[in-house]
Amino acid sequence: MKLSFEEVDHVALLARLGLTAEERERMREQLSSILEHIGRLQELDTEAILPTAQVITLQNVLRDDEVQPSLSVADVLKNAPQQEDDMFKVNAVLEES
Amino acid sequence: MVPEELTRLSAVEARRRLDRREISAMELADSHLARIDRLEPRVHAFITVLDGVARAQAEAADRRIAAGRSQPLTGIPVALKDILCTVDAPTTAASRMLDGYVSPYDATVVARLRAQGAVFVGKANTDEFAMGSSTENSAFFTTHNPWDLRTVPGGSSGGSAAAVAAEEAILSLGSDTGGSIRQPAGFCGVVGLKPTYGRVSRFGLIAFASSLDQIGPFARSVEDAALLLEAISGVDRYDSTSVDAPVPRYATLLDSDIRGMRIGVAREYQIEGMDPGVEDAVGAAIDDLRRLGAEIVEVSLPHTEYALATYYIVAPAEASANLARFDGVKYGLSIQGDTLLESYLETRGRGFGAEVKRRIMLGTYALSSGYYDAYYVKAQQVRTLIKRDFDEAFAGVDAIVAPTSPTVAFAIGERATDPIQMYLSDIFTIPANMAGIPGIAIPCGFAHGLPVSLQVMGRAFDEATVLRVAHAYEQATEWHTRRPEIDAAVAQATLSETLDKDLHGRGE
Repeated sequence: MKLSFEEVDHVALLARLGLTAEERERMREQLSSILEHIGRLQELDTEAILPTAQVITLQNVLRDDEVQPSLSVADVLKNAPQQEDDMFKVNAVLEES
Repeated sequence: MVPEELTRLSAVEARRRLDRREISAMELADSHLARIDRLEPRVHAFITVLDGVARAQAEAADRRIAAGRSQPLTGIPVALKDILCTVDAPTTAASRMLDGYVSPYDATVVARLRAQGAVFVGKANTDEFAMGSSTENSAFFTTHNPWDLRTVPGGSSGGSAAAVAAEEAILSLGSDTGGSIRQPAGFCGVVGLKPTYGRVSRFGLIAFASSLDQIGPFARSVEDAALLLEAISGVDRYDSTSVDAPVPRYATLLDSDIRGMRIGVAREYQIEGMDPGVEDAVGAAIDDLRRLGAEIVEVSLPHTEYALATYYIVAPAEASANLARFDGVKYGLSIQGDTLLESYLETRGRGFGAEVKRRIMLGTYALSSGYYDAYYVKAQQVRTLIKRDFDEAFAGVDAIVAPTSPTVAFAIGERATDPIQMYLSDIFTIPANMAGIPGIAIPCGFAHGLPVSLQVMGRAFDEATVLRVAHAYEQATEWHTRRPEIDAAVAQATLSETLDKDLHGRGE
């Protein structure tokens, strides 16, 4: 069960990972190989089994909706690659139409 | 005390001497920093050594001790896996992705140690984003096993394990998602414990797999590990997955009497391909437990053989979500493209190493439309079966013992090119993460001159029993007193290199 290059490209785009041609080739080989090993889970009958999302039984851990001290703006921005007016600066998210 | 004696101290013994003013926290810090300086060119356990921070903390610790206000870890040198956020040192996760990153907050476990006045000697090396079993995936360099510098320390917490084994720190913290504390503890001949999921706050631990990650202690004795476990355990309002269960005084509960205790041995852990030396040492350890009065019971954990496959869907899937935040916008490496998409592709393409990319890809695939049910949901269903195996076994036994790994530490480079071979190092450790139960790795012998390790697992929130079995075994044997001949090895390596340069260097 070998992944196609299209599938590798599709997943890489979803993951926002830029791959070199060499990486793309190696990824196809290695992922296919790993997925084959993983495929053996299909041997098991899990028809009536509930998935385990978490092993502890906590539910709805809440606190009162009160404003509490948090990080200062300076702290939040201290590692910012690019900033302007107390905001993180990024490429345009919406394109001009 | 002379420096060699200072770095040999246990946390318990150091506490005694500090409080009696026989030694100072500054002497303790200095001796460890000097040792780090001497050994690091060969061991490479640390990404960042914290001389300045450590000395300032030691000074404050001495004042505190003088005022009679010491706590268990006041003045004790500790190494922190570089995946734990610290305000006064960079946190790299051993990745180029976090280039220049200094966290604006301390991880909760770090804050708790800081409040006690512990001394942070450095940020320890790890596989990048905690993904790996050998520390070879660090973007910077690999750590060398103090028992044999040509071998790996294990991973992902290889730096934390090596630092304690080499006496560069008395204690260290690591994290364990599929074995990343226990396996390197095993390879480095020290004690390493993965707590029950929810026992220790994950706030400030750079997340790999949120339903599996746990932070835990490394030490050279079970008692020391218990001390550190107690210091970091307990509910935290910043981590909604931390459980509000009482924290026992673990270090005070270590009686060595395990007579009548029922200890399980799972037949499914006797696999092919296990090193006979490892098998023998673990078998002898089980005999020792029997001699100490425990009743050894055969149990069955029928879904053990599926744990690896389950893990390699669940963990990468969760990792793909957790690592989505590394996008060059708020911190770390940031490569600007013409469009937002290009910036993401370039930044993430260049910032992440091969193993990290592999796991992000695997996880993204397993979660993608059309595959989610077949892979992720299926894996979580099998996870239920794995957990059930343990629940059923623990109805009849108080603890389960197993080898920590199928082999001893392998050579650097030996498995680096075969991901699946690498993944196999974790087959005995993964099940405990899947079930959320605690597990400890303790030294139980040697094979091929390298440490062999016994793993003890217990019921959720029953670290006390796990520690008790481990302590009883430790006290009845001598493995925990053995130290690597690292000083000789470092001197030898330096000498060889010098001679080599003399003989061959001149032709250049």
